[in-house]
Amino acid sequence: MALLEINNLTKQFATQLAVNDVSFSIEKGSIFGLLGPNGAGKTTLIRMITGIFYPDSGGINFEGKKFDTMKDSERIGYMPEERGLYKKMKIGEQAVYLCRLKGMSSSDATKKVKEWFVKLNMQSWWDKKVEDLSKGMSQKLQFVTTVAHEPSLIILDEPFSGLDPVNANLIKEEIYALAKKGSTIIFSTHRMEQVEEICDHIILMNKGAKILDGTIAEVKNHYKENIYKIGATVYPEHLMTHIFNVTSHNTNELCVKLDHDTTPNDVLQYFINQKVAINSFTEVMPSLNEIFIKLVEGTSTAREFTNN
Amino acid sequence: MSKIGLVIGREYFTRVKKKSFLIMTILVPFLMVAFYAAIIWISMKGGTDSQKIAIIDEAGIIKNEIPTDTAKQAIQFKLIAGESEQSFIPKYKTQGYSAFLYIPKQNIDSASAFKLHSASSTSLSTTSRVENLVEEALQNRRLELKGIDPATYKSVRANVNVENTIDTKDGEKKSHSGIALIISIVCGTLIYMMMIIYGAQVMRGVSEEKTNRVAEVIVSSVKPFELMMGKILGIGAVGLTQFLIWMVLILLGQMAIPMLFPDLLKSATDAAATVPQGAAGMMQTVTEGIASLPITKIILSFMFYFLGGYLTYASLFAAVGSVVSDDQQEAQQMMFPILMPIIIGFVIMTQAVNEPNSTLAVFGSIFPLTSPVVMMGRITYEIPTWQLIVSMLSLIACFLLFTWITAKIYRVGILMYGKKPTWREMLKWGFRKG
Repeated sequence: MALLEINNLTKQFATQLAVNDVSFSIEKGSIFGLLGPNGAGKTTLIRMITGIFYPDSGGINFEGKKFDTMKDSERIGYMPEERGLYKKMKIGEQAVYLCRLKGMSSSDATKKVKEWFVKLNMQSWWDKKVEDLSKGMSQKLQFVTTVAHEPSLIILDEPFSGLDPVNANLIKEEIYALAKKGSTIIFSTHRMEQVEEICDHIILMNKGAKILDGTIAEVKNHYKENIYKIGATVYPEHLMTHIFNVTSHNTNELCVKLDHDTTPNDVLQYFINQKVAINSFTEVMPSLNEIFIKLVEGTSTAREFTNN
Repeated sequence: MSKIGLVIGREYFTRVKKKSFLIMTILVPFLMVAFYAAIIWISMKGGTDSQKIAIIDEAGIIKNEIPTDTAKQAIQFKLIAGESEQSFIPKYKTQGYSAFLYIPKQNIDSASAFKLHSASSTSLSTTSRVENLVEEALQNRRLELKGIDPATYKSVRANVNVENTIDTKDGEKKSHSGIALIISIVCGTLIYMMMIIYGAQVMRGVSEEKTNRVAEVIVSSVKPFELMMGKILGIGAVGLTQFLIWMVLILLGQMAIPMLFPDLLKSATDAAATVPQGAAGMMQTVTEGIASLPITKIILSFMFYFLGGYLTYASLFAAVGSVVSDDQQEAQQMMFPILMPIIIGFVIMTQAVNEPNSTLAVFGSIFPLTSPVVMMGRITYEIPTWQLIVSMLSLIACFLLFTWITAKIYRVGILMYGKKPTWREMLKWGFRKG
């Protein structure tokens, strides 16, 4: 069952079309990657999902029903890219306050926050103030305030920025654990290696529109370029063939791009006929980073102002 | 709707629990009491710096006008004979005089040349005492020249006080415009100050939430309108709390002073016994004056106009707070158009306490941007009921309208970063539908 369905969502601001007819759906319990260059409209899209903005047209279905801002916003946890907490407020009090704004009772909120503080080694912070924390520490606190009310949809915008590898790993494990327990996670980032590692399904936005949608395997499959890496000691100038082109090589490895109707078997056959010893033969899949750059490059990264 | 309650609670308790709140709240009335005590102390002790002034009277004006019981006087005058102005200048200081008055020979009917020599400029009170002495003496000499006995003149001189009586439905009432004036000014000034102080706090709170980026987290849980109203109401409650604490402390202070300084009260009653028109008469006037005022009406109006005025302006301050960033100077600039009507209201109020029924005062007390301050300036006088009703209704209407518009500006502004919007853009957000 889809937890969240986005149908033809559009949002126009005075000078730009921020989100243009975007549709997708997210399965319950999945980790969903929302990608796109700066200014692609990700934040606006997220703000519509969290009920901060109203879409101009299109609809959102949440847990199978039409999205109800007042009720459903309590089921969502949102960690914006620009972190924000009250600097002068005590940390424990603040976390409890934010949970209570999500509809929890005072005692439930206190209990939950304390559990999370124990889990992430933050017990000693309770009576400190946010201004006493380092950037990484307040990042952890922000994560706790986002997930402590047990939301069914968690939206994390660049959750690892500012975290050291140890803490980043800690948070990553918690994200997996939350997904396993049935929470759905939208993960917005520019860091493609994290996306490949964490996400099940991604969409890519550029200039307000969705330009890519699928699981990571599907996307890679779609954008693969028929390139194979062959482990063999051979000089490309000795290879006279019309069935592939050599794209790169070194002493005991070479990459070949297959022509349109050539199969890997044809290539292997060719090498066997040439009596070349082959140690390995693998397909080279494009990285998400390459796909991202390929799709976005050339288009101006910033939204254009239509008038002013 | 319990979420707005949570926001109010946070705004209220984070402020009330701060040390600075406690210090300010306790310190202000303490300073006020200390200030009064200092005034009383100075007025009781004051004037002990006695000085001696010599008089060289070549015109023969001063005769028996110099007070004889020299010990009780702050200034002792002494007539000097056998010295001229020039010969005495180098001497008077060494003889213990702080100054000397030189009256050259002149016609009594047109006497005008009087010169007070001193090492440094004399105080206003010293000069006025010298002037009083010369005036009395000159008047007596002129009376004698006309053949009138100064004692007779004194007995026929008239001294009149006109008592103003106001005719109300409940019969005649004594007017004590002095007391009414003071209460009007105090109430008006308080509302003026509270609107600015707490309005600015709302603005700072909103812009802090914006620059901290905490606003985005909060508005994903509550509606922007709830966040704005919660802040405004929470800070308003802080204002009321501070106010109540002050009232209690001032009352306690008034009870405590006579206990701490019993001498003070005793000397006051002594003074009252010897001088019936003095302090005791004054006290009576004050008590009568306060009793003659419509106290309930004043207190209720004060509460209404404080809340109405605060709420109306707080929403404007919130809108400004939502569009400015960290830049304090920018905030000052944006605040100015809001402060203008408040200040104009204050100016009208200072006029209205003297002329409560002038066109300007009536207009100012009905126009909702100035009415909270100006109406307080008129409240101790009889105000036609229709004016009060129109004024209150228009204030409520203005509050609703402003909140409706500013909530929309706030909603856009609080999530906007970067360029500061212009007034025109802000108005466009404010009047946009939906």
